[in-house]
Amino acid sequence: MAEDIKIGAYICQGCGIGERVDTAQLAQVAQRDAKANIVKEHPFLCNAEGVKMIQDDIDNEGVNRVAICACSRRAKTDAFSFDNVAITRANLREGVIWIRPDTDEARETTQEMAEDYVRMAVTETKYMSLPTGDEETKYTPNLLVVGGGVSGMTAAIEAAKAGYSVAIIEKTGALGGAAANSWKRIPQRGPYADPEDTGVDALISEIEANDKITVHLNSTITKTSGAPGRFSVDITTESGSTVTENFGAIVQASGYKEYDASQLPEFGYGKSANVVTQAELDAMAKEANGAPLKTKDGKDVTSVAFIQCVGQRSDKEGHLPYCSGHCCSTSIKQAMYFKDANPDIDTNVIYTDLRTPGAGGEDFYRSGQRKGITFTKGEVSEVVESGGSLEVKFRDLILAEDTSEKVDLVVLATGQVANAGVNIEEVDQDEPGQFTVNVDSILNMDYRQGKDLPQLKYGFSDSHFICFPYETRRTGIYATGPVRRPMDMQQAIEDATGAAMKAIQAIENAAKGRAAHPRSGDLSFPHFRREGCTQCKRCTVECPFGAIDEDEQRFPVFNEERCRRCGTCMGACPVRVISFENYSVDSVGQQLKIVDIPDEFDEKPRILALACENDAYPALDMAAMNKVEYSAFVRVIPVRCLGSVNLIWITDALNSGYDGVVLMGCQKGENYQCHFVKGSEIAHIRMSKVDDTLQSLSLEPERVSVHEVAITDIERAPGIINEMAETIEKIGMSPFKF
Amino acid sequence: MSNMNQAMVEKYRNDFLKEVKANVEEGDWVQMCMQCGVCSGSCPFGPYWDHPPQELFMMIRAGKREEVLSSNSMWMCTSCYNCIARCPRELPITHIMHGLAHYADRLGLAPKEQPTRKFANRFWDNLVKKGRVNELKLGVSLYFMNGFIEGIKTAMAAAPLGMGMMKAKRLSPMEYFGGHGVKDSKGLDAILKKARQIEDEKIAKYNS
Ligand code: SF4
Ligand code: SF4
Ligand code: SF4
Repeated sequence: MAEDIKIGAYICQGCGIGERVDTAQLAQVAQRDAKANIVKEHPFLCNAEGVKMIQDDIDNEGVNRVAICACSRRAKTDAFSFDNVAITRANLREGVIWIRPDTDEARETTQEMAEDYVRMAVTETKYMSLPTGDEETKYTPNLLVVGGGVSGMTAAIEAAKAGYSVAIIEKTGALGGAAANSWKRIPQRGPYADPEDTGVDALISEIEANDKITVHLNSTITKTSGAPGRFSVDITTESGSTVTENFGAIVQASGYKEYDASQLPEFGYGKSANVVTQAELDAMAKEANGAPLKTKDGKDVTSVAFIQCVGQRSDKEGHLPYCSGHCCSTSIKQAMYFKDANPDIDTNVIYTDLRTPGAGGEDFYRSGQRKGITFTKGEVSEVVESGGSLEVKFRDLILAEDTSEKVDLVVLATGQVANAGVNIEEVDQDEPGQFTVNVDSILNMDYRQGKDLPQLKYGFSDSHFICFPYETRRTGIYATGPVRRPMDMQQAIEDATGAAMKAIQAIENAAKGRAAHPRSGDLSFPHFRREGCTQCKRCTVECPFGAIDEDEQRFPVFNEERCRRCGTCMGACPVRVISFENYSVDSVGQQLKIVDIPDEFDEKPRILALACENDAYPALDMAAMNKVEYSAFVRVIPVRCLGSVNLIWITDALNSGYDGVVLMGCQKGENYQCHFVKGSEIAHIRMSKVDDTLQSLSLEPERVSVHEVAITDIERAPGIINEMAETIEKIGMSPFKF
Repeated sequence: MSNMNQAMVEKYRNDFLKEVKANVEEGDWVQMCMQCGVCSGSCPFGPYWDHPPQELFMMIRAGKREEVLSSNSMWMCTSCYNCIARCPRELPITHIMHGLAHYADRLGLAPKEQPTRKFANRFWDNLVKKGRVNELKLGVSLYFMNGFIEGIKTAMAAAPLGMGMMKAKRLSPMEYFGGHGVKDSKGLDAILKKARQIEDEKIAKYNS
């Protein structure tokens, strides 16, 4: 930190702050305790005049650190945005006056709260510098699309339309993917009454005619290395020849395969040629090219049964537990192949729940009914051959009886299984500096954490389902289509369009050294002090995004472009050598230390709350807007992710006399809402070890609590703080007050 | 019509559904039911039916011709219209119930002793005679619907009511002899004849 630090602290009196707290006193605190160089009060800081006052100090007084003591950092961000200075906020409005009662007896503690937040904000600025960004950024406006099915082709066309060059890698000898073997598709346009042309041929010709798109057929990826903006990919053909190309971003559209129906002998698959899967029926229809479909023994089909949820939505061993989403509509579509050709052919769709997602789903269902397709709510137990036809035995769930039907053809709705490559948690990783090709892998990444995209459950690649669905756990690599979750063609097209856009963003962000979602635009990235590193590898292992590799001496190698700036590495490092320019062990640690800790007999405990800035902190802000009160003894510090919480903060807090520590992060686990996927989970694991620290200090375990908080927990989040205050009342003050 | 009653109906084939579509009033709606069960749950008589509407519709699809047409269920419908008001698929359920009952009656498959059926037939016979319902005759015939002794008992019990109505000029004993009717009873006959002819043709066409 070579440059001189000059801190300006600006205290707003607007929004009732001036009436509720003594701002002159706050100004004194900023100057005397926190050592701000310039301190000013203003009756209305976010108006043009207030903003100008700050800008003037930046321009004329050389202020390069700005502490805005006003409203929440989430409010008035447009007004309080100044270039080339580090900015912090003391949350006097949402964090103090709105959550405290306006009474005479509350006045003293309210003032103390405000004073602490001013001290903290000014102190924080001292430990912040302006992110300089990544100097080695590269601009590679090429996109690699892995997989030449509908998703892949759509992504390629969309990216090419936006002006980017695209290479498609397809392992088979032709474009088209699963859709190429279909006769028609579920309708995508109103009135959603009839099956439509698949559109695959049109996509293929569009790709062939587009000189921005190159296609590598019969090819696979034998190595992917680098990072967004500078991926280097080895493309190997069947014959073994390899080319290496550079790409800015990657879209993985590796699709799905049909669940293996031979695992379901009870449905007669493999025993009778007239029991087929949906994909096989579509292939039959495609081959027939409009002619009436025949049974395998060449007879006209007079009746067909479609059995839904075959080996899916089932908790039986080896079955798929999930719903593949498209199969009900696919069966309706296929029943129409028969009905449209000859309304006298009987088609019976046997389902337990008919699900037709999408805007046109319900209309398509009705259209099927209008065409005379029978829909039977029932559970099939067995399909057997009998007297030259097939007998489908099932329980009619409406009529509550076991019954059966004789048909010429049975179609099984088996589900989609993702082609997501290898599960990196189940295969061994290469040692640093070594690399072997895994033939089952799709991307063959040389990342330390493994060769393919991490999976969440059921073998689909993990992507942030709720907030940013394309964003996988490998920055710059976007999963789209059924590799991400089961879906039909229309959804895949929409999905691929989105993924192409995200990939373009990644290319552009990487070139500017900016982070992708959710801290999009952030220029800071982790710096590490090599001399201090003990090569413990925690950062390498814990980074949710595989951003960190290892060199041959086992030192971490940070790949800035892959980093999402969550700070999980910083939280992990036991020797605290990882930091960001504007977020570090010190920038938080020094804040919690500057808080004034009243002595034991004052009956004023102090609670430290570390709240995730994505969900928990906004929840507290919203609680404030709703005037939900909470304890005046808490000091809340927002953190980038609970994963960035370093144990030292907890130890420091307890050592310096805090009576309780509350951590609030997002939901973890399979249905995670954590914006950094693993951050909250990792923090929970780390904090389970905090008991040792507490024990060594002879403190009660209740003094530290970790919570999963959603952005909607407007009552609960303050409740958690109040609970801690009550606990302290019960167990007494900490003895560590000096 | 006898051949039809013995028609072989294959299970879960469209045969019976097609018959219902062709011959039952509003029958072409049956295939649009999505089996949500809202109608059955909404029917005030739901618990008393052997087969509430949703189930009847499934039985039609399952090809249970015999069971549906000889069922007493659709005769239970009181035309409260709860189901129609609530059916998310907007099926005219009430009308289908009456349509099914009527069709079953025509085919002679409806249960003989079903009281609603008996009442309906009496009502109809009474009505078509003069184009107006003769309430006295209808009432008396209903009293004696279940036998002579039963009839006397019911008539005695209802006597004070009848006297009251006569006093209030709501009922005339003279109605028993002839009674009043529409002006053009020939015309009415012709209309009814034509209607029956159309219906017969429809059914004949379906059977051919
Ligand atoms: S843990 Fe987070 S901050 Fe650290 S390198 Fe990984 S993505 Fe970046
Ligand atoms: S966690 Fe810290 S000590 Fe361990 S390898 Fe990473 S930087 Fe080095
Ligand atoms: S409410 Fe309508 S759709 Fe639902 S079961 Fe009854 S008839 Fe069918």
